[in-house]
Amino acid sequence: MSTRTYAARDSMTMLRRNLKHQLRYPTVTFFVIGIPVVFLLLFVYAFGGTLGAGLGGSGLDIPTGDRSDYVNYVAPGILLLGVAGGAQGTAISIAMDMTEGIIARFRTMAIFRPSVLVGHVVGSVIQSTVALSVVVGVALLVGFRPNATALEWVATAAVLTMTAVALTWLSAALGLVSKSVESASNLPMPLMLLPFLGSGFVPTDSMPEALRWFADHQPFTPIIETVRGLLTGTEIGSSAIQAVAWCVGIAAVGYVWATRLFNRERVS
Amino acid sequence: MTTTTTSRTAIAATGLRKSYDDQLVLDGIDLHVTEGSVFALLGPNGAGKTTTVHILATLISADGGDLRVAGHDVAADPDAVRTAIGVTGQFSAVDNLLTGEENLLLMADLQHLDRAEGRRRAAELLDHFDLVDAASKPAVTYSGGMRRRLDLAMTLVGRPRVIFLDEPTTGLDPRSRRTMWRIIRDLVADGVTIFLTTQYLEEADELADRIALLDQGRIVAEGTSEELKRRVPGGHVTFRFTDPRSLESAAGLLDDALRDDSALTLQVSSDGSLRSLKSLLDRIDDASIEVDELSVHTPDLDDVFLALTGHATEYEKEPVR
Repeated sequence: MSTRTYAARDSMTMLRRNLKHQLRYPTVTFFVIGIPVVFLLLFVYAFGGTLGAGLGGSGLDIPTGDRSDYVNYVAPGILLLGVAGGAQGTAISIAMDMTEGIIARFRTMAIFRPSVLVGHVVGSVIQSTVALSVVVGVALLVGFRPNATALEWVATAAVLTMTAVALTWLSAALGLVSKSVESASNLPMPLMLLPFLGSGFVPTDSMPEALRWFADHQPFTPIIETVRGLLTGTEIGSSAIQAVAWCVGIAAVGYVWATRLFNRERVS
Repeated sequence: MTTTTTSRTAIAATGLRKSYDDQLVLDGIDLHVTEGSVFALLGPNGAGKTTTVHILATLISADGGDLRVAGHDVAADPDAVRTAIGVTGQFSAVDNLLTGEENLLLMADLQHLDRAEGRRRAAELLDHFDLVDAASKPAVTYSGGMRRRLDLAMTLVGRPRVIFLDEPTTGLDPRSRRTMWRIIRDLVADGVTIFLTTQYLEEADELADRIALLDQGRIVAEGTSEELKRRVPGGHVTFRFTDPRSLESAAGLLDDALRDDSALTLQVSSDGSLRSLKSLLDRIDDASIEVDELSVHTPDLDDVFLALTGHATEYEKEPVR
């Protein structure tokens, strides 16, 4: 009898285990919710006035920018920052879990092996969903005024979930490849920087040429543009299809890499 | 020993080899464990005990050799082996953030027991392992002995036929160690096969039907505790005398004896049998030599180990890998 028969059941069991962990050890959850909220408040209140004024000359559909325009501009970027932060949390949780003897026990049991990782990834995506709901709530409180229809909200949720799944699988692999919990918390750091080096916080038009080229071609920019278009009505164009392509690619690489790392023999 | 035709093989290994990089860890090991027996793999740190368990328990693969556990080929069908075995490793394999009961229920789910059966099994094991009071406390708060009991209880949830116990009592206090021994004996009474590794000769002596001595990746001896002890001439009788004069005359009488002038003792080889003891005592008595104290030493596994490996069981410190 193949262990695949139990793929769904074992994955559910592992998901329950991880959700219990999140409740009992809420440090990672606080971090995943806290980081994007802090950045939102920082960018709206500390930098928002100046950055908002800069939006006017950027060729966007905004005549003169101010703080309230900047809230609308930055909110999608903050949401993606939240997704990246949630993924980083996965790397830490997985690296921590790998130090536990119970992982060796799982390996000696006739279970669907990837379920250990599926539990982590799905648990982390649920955690990110909670975090993003909090971020949207805070954004609305500080003046975010999206004009999305119900359908566009659903589409936004789908794009963000898809991105979370992709980044979380990648991050799971990064957590497994790390030799220690410390390096697992550092390794996914570039993921947190990418929204800044894309269209998340300022339009890419305002960047120097080389950086602008990078910003226009990295995965976060089309994802952010898609979310921004869905929520505030800016042009989406080919961003949506690029976003889907990036997410499918990242998820596939992350899944294959992570499961391969997990199946490798460890001397411990 | 067991020659009944009904006895079947639980673990069979032929020519098991494993090396890491260019370091040879297991150098062609043969093992044969009969169903329902306790087999102890005894050896110092670094002998290859844990590697052997890891290979038989499907955690790592062997470089060579034919391995069958519970009737299944370890290399070809590891999942079939996994359904039949339970492993309690050297390091605690419990989920620290879950309670004792949740840990057991987690195992029940992963063993694909139905909900009611899982709850019943968990309750039964909590009771049997004296963990009822701690059932709803997180495992992180458990003492070493409790943690080891929970660990073993988790291993038993799926009623494995073959159980691997890698140094089950290392680091436990004497009382917890005795409890563990009792539990292991109970398991054997239920017909389970136990493959045990230990550095404690006493533990192997207490629990095991058969013992294999592993040293530097090779089995240097195998047999029952009695058989192994018989293989070494470690038995002797020690006389202590009240004064040097008595020692002197006794030494003249027993010319192959080992003499210690400062302790006033004389050590004479003996197989410990009543007849050889009597003849020895008669010779001393006939010469009217006064003996202060007499002690008989029968060979223990320490002697076996020393004799067969050329080094004692007080292990030299090894660099941590």
